[in-house]
Amino acid sequence: MAQITLKNLAHSYLPRPQGVQDYALKEMDHVWQDGGAYALLGSSGCGKTTLLNIISGLLRPSHGRVLFGDHDVTDAATAARNIAQVFQFPVVYDTMTVRENLAFPLRNRGKDPGYIRDRVAQIGRIIGMEEMLNRKAQGLTADAKQKISLGRGMVREDVNAILFDEPLTVIDPHMKWELRTQLKQLHREFGHTMIYVTHDQTEALTFADKVVVMYDGRVVQMGTPQDLFETPAHTFVGYFIGSPGMNFLPARVLGNRATLDDGAQVDLGAEYAAVDGQIGIRPEHVTLTESGGLPVTIRRVEDVGRHRLVRAEMQGRPLNIVVPEGTAVAAQPQVRFTPARINVYADDWRVTPRGA
Amino acid sequence: MTLELHGVSRMVGGRSHIHPTSLTLNRGTMNVLLGPTLSGKTSLMRLMAGLDRPDTGRILWNGDDVTGQRVQDRGVAMVYQQFINYPGLTVYENIASPLRILRRSRREIDARVRETAEMLRLTPMLGRKPLELSGGQQQRCALARALVKGAGLVLLDEPLANLDYKLREELRVEIPRIFEASGAIFVYATTEPEEALLLGGMTATLWQGRVTQFGPTPQVFRQPRDATTARVFSDPPMNFLPVVKQGDRVIFGDQVARGQTAQGQAGLFAGVADGRYLAGFRANHLGMAPRDGALGFAARIAVTEITGAETYLHVTHGGDRWVGLVEGVHRLNPGTAVTVWLDPAHVYLFDASGRLAAPAAYAMAA
Repeated sequence: MAQITLKNLAHSYLPRPQGVQDYALKEMDHVWQDGGAYALLGSSGCGKTTLLNIISGLLRPSHGRVLFGDHDVTDAATAARNIAQVFQFPVVYDTMTVRENLAFPLRNRGKDPGYIRDRVAQIGRIIGMEEMLNRKAQGLTADAKQKISLGRGMVREDVNAILFDEPLTVIDPHMKWELRTQLKQLHREFGHTMIYVTHDQTEALTFADKVVVMYDGRVVQMGTPQDLFETPAHTFVGYFIGSPGMNFLPARVLGNRATLDDGAQVDLGAEYAAVDGQIGIRPEHVTLTESGGLPVTIRRVEDVGRHRLVRAEMQGRPLNIVVPEGTAVAAQPQVRFTPARINVYADDWRVTPRGA
Repeated sequence: MTLELHGVSRMVGGRSHIHPTSLTLNRGTMNVLLGPTLSGKTSLMRLMAGLDRPDTGRILWNGDDVTGQRVQDRGVAMVYQQFINYPGLTVYENIASPLRILRRSRREIDARVRETAEMLRLTPMLGRKPLELSGGQQQRCALARALVKGAGLVLLDEPLANLDYKLREELRVEIPRIFEASGAIFVYATTEPEEALLLGGMTATLWQGRVTQFGPTPQVFRQPRDATTARVFSDPPMNFLPVVKQGDRVIFGDQVARGQTAQGQAGLFAGVADGRYLAGFRANHLGMAPRDGALGFAARIAVTEITGAETYLHVTHGGDRWVGLVEGVHRLNPGTAVTVWLDPAHVYLFDASGRLAAPAAYAMAA
C-alpha cells in the first residue's frame, strides 16, 4: 500500500500544447493518503479517466510526476506498478471456476497453496459467493461475474492501490447496495488505498472518505461528502452534487445581506465583503411558507416517494424545493432560505465569509 | 388509442419468459415497466412491439387484433439503451430518415423534422453530426427519430442507462414534457424505483416474468399489493421483520405496538386476523431519533454511508439486515450498538404467501 503523490501533474493529448485549453488535465498537485478511499467524480470529458489512466500507467503524462510512496513511477509500466484494477464490465475467465478466477492473481505470483486456499475462502465469503466457489464462471449473471471481478481486485494484500473504473454500472440497484457495503467493509478490513472513478454521485459520496470533483480538466474540490454538500467550493460542485443540485440566484452581497435582481433582500448567515455574484442555496434548505417570504410560482410538483420535489420559478429563474413527505403545498406559496445554509459565489468560486 | 394485452405469454427454450399478462394502456399515458434485470421488461416490450409473437393471448390496438402482425406494419417506435444514430448523417438527416423510408413528401419531412427538433431542443444542432453532440443530445436525437413518425406506441428500453447521472436527471424532467406534447402511448423500462417515481404516470412492477401490480405510480409505491411489489419498488431495499398479531397488539420481536398510535389514528391493524406476518418498512422510515409512538429496536451498525445531507445506516437486528436513511451526518463505527426507531404507522403487514394483509396507515392518509 502506498501514498500517491501527483506532482505538477498535467496532460495534453496534443504534441505541442499552446494554452491552457489544450490540456485535458490542467496542472495539479495532490497527495492522496495511504489507505484512503478516494472517488474521482465528474461528467464525461472532465478528465477523470485521463487521470486514472495516468495513475495506472496506461498513459504517460506530458507534464509532472507520479509517486507511489517515495518511488517515482511516472515511467513505469502498469505491470510494474503493483496495482489491481476493476473495470466497468466484468473480466472473468469463463472456463475457470469461481475459485480459480479468484486465485488467479495469487497463483501468477507463485503464492503458497495453503495461503491461496485461505485467502480465496475469505474473499469468497466477503463477496457472498462461498457456496459457488466450485462453479464454472460461464453462465453466471453479470452481477455475479462483477462480484468475482471485485473479489479478484481485492485478493492481493500487497498491492499499492486498487483502481475501480465505474465498477457498478452494469449492476441492478438492489445489488449495488450489497456490493457497495461489501466494498466498504473490504476497505475497512484490509486498508487498501482505493481510487474509484464514477459519474454517479451516490456511489462516490457513499464510497469515499474524500471525493475529488473534476470539471473541465481541473480538480474543483476535494473534500468529504459533507463538505461538498454544505460548502461547495465551485458552482459546478453545487450543481453536480445533490439531486437536484443547488439553486443559484444573481445577487449583490454586502455584510450579512444579499440583494437580488428585483431588490428583494435575503439574510445571510455570515458577514461578507462586497461581492457582485450569486447566492447558492440547496433545495433541501428552501422552505415553503404562506407569508413572510419571497413570492414564487409553482410549475410542477413531483412525488418522488420519500419527499416531493417542487419545481418553481422565482424572478424568472428555476428554483427547486424539497418538501418533506406529508407536508401540504399552499396555493400561493412563498419561500424562505435558511440563512446559515446560503453560500456566496463570485466568478463561480465560493467566497469565504469574514472571520471564517 | 389503446393497447390491450389479453393473457399474453411467451416461452423461450421451455422456460416461461412472460407469464400470461393482461394490461390496458391508454392514449397519452406514460407507462413504466419497473423491475430488475431479467424480470421480463424487454420481453414484454418486444411482444407489445410485435417483434416477437406471443405463444398465447391476443394483442389489440384500438380494438383491432394485431397479434402476429409484423412490426413494420404497425405504428411503433423503439429506443434502446444503446442510442443508435447514423454517424455519417447530420442530426437533421438522422431525424428525417424514418420519414424518408416512409416516402413522405419533402415539405412534410421538413416540417416534421423541425417541429420534432424544437420539441427536443435540437434546433441549433440540426446541421451537426451525432458525434459532435454531448451524450444527452445524442440520446435526444435518437428520441427525435422515434417521435418524428408520429408513432402511436413509443417503447423506451432503459433509454437513460448509459448516460451520466446529471444528464439522466435533466432528461427525466424532459421526457414527461415531451410525451405530454406527443399524445402517444409511452412504455418506459427501468430498473430504478426513483426513475419510475420521477416519471410519474402508471407503473407496472415486474418480477420473474410476471406483472405483480399495475396502477398510478405513487399508488403502486405507497400501496403495494404484495411483498414482491414492495421489494421491487424500494431503493434502498425494503426492510422486513417477522411479527405476531394478537388481539389489539402487534408484537415486533421484543417490541409491542398497541392498537392506538400516539397520533390517535384509528386502531392499528384493527381488521387483521391474529397470526404471524411479515412487517415491511422503507429505509426513510427507520430513524435514529425517538418519536412519540415509535418502537425502539436494539441494533448494531454494519456500515454507514454518508451522502452529504443524509446518512444510510446499514444495521443488523438479530439475524435481519436493515437500512435506515437519516438526516444529517452520522459517523458510527461498525459494531456500535444503536437504537433505531420505527413508527408503526409506516409498517405494511404481509401474510405468509406475501400478500398485503394491511397497508401502512400513513400511505392511506397520503
